[in-house]
Amino acid sequence: MALLEIQGLSKAFGGLRAINGLDITVDEGEVVSVIGPNGAGKTTFFNLVTGMESPDEGSIVFGGQELVGLRPNQILQLGMARTFQNVRLFPAMTVMENVMVGQHSRTKAGLLGAILKTPSQRREEREIEERSKEVLSFFGTRLAGYRHDELSMTLSYANRRRLEIARAMATNPRLLLLDEPTAGMNPRETIELTELIGQLRSERAYTIVLIEHDMQVVRNVSDRVVVLDHGVKLTEGSYDEVSTNEKVIEAYLGRPAELGA
Amino acid sequence: MRRAVKLGLAGGAAMVLVAAIGMVAAFQARMLIDPILPLGTFFLYLVAFIFGWMASKPPVTLEGFEPARAGIRNVLAGAMAGALGGLCVGLLLIVMTTWDLRGVFIALSPELAEILSFGLPVAAAIPVIALVAGAAGALGGAVHLLSPRLRRAVLSALAWVLVFSLFTDIFGQAFTALRLEFLVDFIYTGRGGALTIVGAIVVFAVFFVLYWWMSGRTNTLRQRVQSMPRGQRSRWQIGAAVIILVVLYFVPKIMGPFVSQILVTAGIYLLMALGLNIVVGYAGLLDLGYVAFFAVGAYTTAILTSPQSPAFSPELSVVASIPFVMIAAAVAGILVATPVIRMRGDYLAIVTLGFGEIARILLNSEWLAPYFGGAQGITNIPDLQIGPLTFSTPQDYFYPVFLFVLFAAYVTYALQNSRWGRAWMAMREDESVAEAMGVNIVTAKLSAFVVGAILASFGGSLFASQIGSVFPHTFDIVVSITVLVIIIVGGMGSVPGVALGAIVLIVLPNLLREFSEYQFLFYGVLLIVMMLNRPEGFIPSKRRAQELHSEEMAQDAWLEIYGEKGQPEQVPEGAV
Amino acid sequence: MTEAATVDARPVRRAARITPVSIFLWALRIAALAIILYGSYLSISSGRLSAAQWRDLFVFGISTGSVYALIALGYTMVYGVLRFINFAHGEVFMVGAMMAFYVANALATTTLWTSSPVVSLLIVLVAAMATSTSVAVIVERIAYRPLRGAPRLIPLITSIGASFTIQYLVRGLVGPSTKAFPRMEQLRGTTEILGVVILKSQVVVIVAALVMMAGLYLFVERTRTGKSMRAVSEDPETAALMGIDVDRTIVKVFAIGGAMAGVAGALWGLVFPSLNFFSGFLPGIKAFTSAVLGGIGNIVGAMLGGVSLGIFESVGPSLVLAGYEIPAFSQLKDVVAYAALVLVLIFRPTGILGERLAQERT
Ligand SMILES: Nc1ncnc2c1ncn2[C@@H]1O[C@H](COP(=O)(O)OP(=O)(O)O)[C@@H](O)[C@H]1O
Ligand SMILES: [Mg+2]
Repeated sequence: MALLEIQGLSKAFGGLRAINGLDITVDEGEVVSVIGPNGAGKTTFFNLVTGMESPDEGSIVFGGQELVGLRPNQILQLGMARTFQNVRLFPAMTVMENVMVGQHSRTKAGLLGAILKTPSQRREEREIEERSKEVLSFFGTRLAGYRHDELSMTLSYANRRRLEIARAMATNPRLLLLDEPTAGMNPRETIELTELIGQLRSERAYTIVLIEHDMQVVRNVSDRVVVLDHGVKLTEGSYDEVSTNEKVIEAYLGRPAELGA
Repeated sequence: MRRAVKLGLAGGAAMVLVAAIGMVAAFQARMLIDPILPLGTFFLYLVAFIFGWMASKPPVTLEGFEPARAGIRNVLAGAMAGALGGLCVGLLLIVMTTWDLRGVFIALSPELAEILSFGLPVAAAIPVIALVAGAAGALGGAVHLLSPRLRRAVLSALAWVLVFSLFTDIFGQAFTALRLEFLVDFIYTGRGGALTIVGAIVVFAVFFVLYWWMSGRTNTLRQRVQSMPRGQRSRWQIGAAVIILVVLYFVPKIMGPFVSQILVTAGIYLLMALGLNIVVGYAGLLDLGYVAFFAVGAYTTAILTSPQSPAFSPELSVVASIPFVMIAAAVAGILVATPVIRMRGDYLAIVTLGFGEIARILLNSEWLAPYFGGAQGITNIPDLQIGPLTFSTPQDYFYPVFLFVLFAAYVTYALQNSRWGRAWMAMREDESVAEAMGVNIVTAKLSAFVVGAILASFGGSLFASQIGSVFPHTFDIVVSITVLVIIIVGGMGSVPGVALGAIVLIVLPNLLREFSEYQFLFYGVLLIVMMLNRPEGFIPSKRRAQELHSEEMAQDAWLEIYGEKGQPEQVPEGAV
Repeated sequence: MTEAATVDARPVRRAARITPVSIFLWALRIAALAIILYGSYLSISSGRLSAAQWRDLFVFGISTGSVYALIALGYTMVYGVLRFINFAHGEVFMVGAMMAFYVANALATTTLWTSSPVVSLLIVLVAAMATSTSVAVIVERIAYRPLRGAPRLIPLITSIGASFTIQYLVRGLVGPSTKAFPRMEQLRGTTEILGVVILKSQVVVIVAALVMMAGLYLFVERTRTGKSMRAVSEDPETAALMGIDVDRTIVKVFAIGGAMAGVAGALWGLVFPSLNFFSGFLPGIKAFTSAVLGGIGNIVGAMLGGVSLGIFESVGPSLVLAGYEIPAFSQLKDVVAYAALVLVLIFRPTGILGERLAQERT
């Protein structure tokens, strides 16, 4: 069954059609890569799906539920979490707190409970902590132990990216949207992250959509590849099909006629 | 050298202003150290000292470069800046003795001329002024020559001399209550609160030795406590808390009604500040109409308890009014917060300011006078009564106010480490990401406003019953700003910081009655100086200190948080 | 792992944008409209005021409004380049008004005041402009320039500090007493323009404000400096890359905003002849409201917003509040201004001409 079903999605910024009549389907358990040149509308696609921007047209159905019109927190509640291309952590909060925020929508202690420290609030707080540690431990020694009470802004770039993934994982998503997770990472870190994405699927049973420029990563992790250009889906298919598609090569290398523009 | 000249002229302008706004003449009668140092002259040359210090401060050193060693150059630069400043004062002296400007500048009186010129003729006075100011500037420059440890000890001891000479009443009271009258007689002259010269030297020496001996040791102590096994540590902490509580129990008894009243006022401000700290410090919502919630508390109590309440007068007890106060505050919080939920930070500030002013004008209006008493307010609010205890004097009120403050501090800590505190902080850091991570912005903002409103309304309620009456003009925008200044100066998000802020900003100006005319000038300058040099406050919360200062990450962190937001990648906020 | 199973798939209807908050806001909008319309209906149908009286209120509104507009220019221009509300701008205006008062007072003792009123007024205007401009520039240098790139709340808080500092410095310098602006014989009484009888002083205010605003508009649209200002306000980084000296441009923005506030200060004395150190606060807030009303960052918008607010404020109480027979309704004049601010931000956060948003998202 399709977990995410998008039809006729469009979004324009002024005169610029960032997304134009897009249809995409993602099945439960799949890893789908979205590729395309810069400015193709990939990030906008994520913004629309997660409710951070509202589409002009189209429908987005997730787990049988229409998302258009919902606020981002409601969409997250339904089981979809994302990371950002230009890492957007909560810089003045600790590593641990960043992850703990991820569980906000999965917990329910009220203000009074928090003030009175009722037993159920304490229990919940302990669970949040355990769960956060567990999520952080997924990244092995990279994010382990002594760094949990440091401010997230003190982390290295690669670790910020990892932390962002951890924060998304803490929300218990069914679908994880990763926006260029390896951007700015060195080759070793990239390989590590590629393995991690594999584990996310095999161990955690997440469905994953990722935007990625590194073709090695795309080849290694994706079941299916969707190519976007100028807000339109050029083609989709397996990595091998897509990588040999002429339109795709053209989109990446540029059309001679448009070079002057 | 150019820097010294520039700062010298700026310092000169500052000195001239200090003289021209009347600070010098107004405080001349108040001796700090009899007979050599009157407060007015002190203020004037304190400016020279500060600018001398700034002028000789080494410029920011780049990493990897050896900072220039402090040396005679610093002293020279300081002296030069100070002397220049002195010359500016000399100029003022010439101008004011040649023309009579009192039609415009009311403070430029002959008495001021007399003070500025040290009683000398103008021509002779100018070099003297320049010399004294130069000396003050040189001293400022010389501060850089001291080793950090020595500098700390000297400056702290000097500050204590100042404190002793300013707050004569407190120390007099305290020493007398502790049966140490001989100390009072020894260090104070008994005339207008001044220290004797010997007294000043003794105070300096005692504190110098104390600081010299202590430096480095407080940290060691803290570390030792922290490294103790858990049981022992909590025993230490409980012990410390008990000692503090016992001391606090005796504070109003020792200090008498005057100081107690000031402490009660400060406590009420502190209560409000802790509430606003949640709204501004945690949730990042700059509320400039916060006084409205204070008014809601005060008026709710007034209406429910006073027999004089015009329209509706159930004459409850103050305690019985508290639940209604909470309800009213929560409703007010929701009413104010709902329209501003989707507004950006600075718009929110100005709209809340508008709400605060609307509240005050309506309370003051003839239209609603049948309900709120208009400009006459509501009087005859009964004293607080809990069981057999009646609280009437300021000394009595110290305890309930203190309890409420304690409660507010506890609430702050409890919420800070809860899912609500985290949601607020996330929202402050990046609202749209917080929302995308599952935080319901609407409930998060409403709840922050409601908690803040309730804490402020407690303050209002206590205030109403302590003063016994409420008048609309009390609930001025100035109150909102004062509370804001308290949390900013103290340190946003930090409870000890906020407490210190309340002490510095409420207790000090009230103790120095002569000073009250300049209280808001002091606030204004303090706000600017803090924002420029120490935006995280005196006692910052750990995270804000790191956020705003840590060098190694400063650059890319700034970019991350504040720079890139406006980039095309995520334009929506229209930040650029 | 069973995370997927624990997902709380609470059903949310498609039209979920109808939240309690939006219902509340709609209720507020409708209530406000109803109150305004019904009140206007009541007071117009009661015929308490004659057409001429309404017109007087209107003209009075335009003249105060044009002063608001002049001050609002400073808010809007600074907001345009630096994105923060310069709270101290009201004080810049007040300082200009103070200077105007003292210069006018000095001139009033000379024969120039009666023999050539135009020259005297010009002297007053120039003195006020010069003072306000210097104060604005000094404040920028000391309090705002070191804060470039700091979080946005920090310069906002600094400007509150600057506002207090200026107020109480002025109080210390010239004392807390309220000053009375000297009258000018030639400006007493009324004159007739296009068949409308208007107070002469109001004519001067409106004409002077119009001239200043037209001049400013041409300056910003036509000159190099004006262009660099617009470039910086559009995108400071790109402007810097294009060789524009951003810091100098910002100083110029403050200077021009200050000059306009100075003119406003001098004109203020003609309409409301009493003045003290706190007189900058309310006009400042109202001018900011005007800027928001017109669409912040937009110069023409500030002018429109100022005049509209002036009219609301002068006509509004008699039109809406008097309809409900509220006693002493003129006490509530400032409530009208604040309510206008709140309602504008709820109804149309972008203001009349604004493209920029007061909201995070629409
Ligand atoms: N909020 C916005 N306002 C205006 N234009 C935008 C906005 N977000 C994205 N765009 C534009 O939409 C296009 C697609 O952007 P984006 O989705 O970020 O591309 P990609 O992620 O594929 O590189 C770009 O031309 C970008 O400038
Ligand atoms: Mg992108």
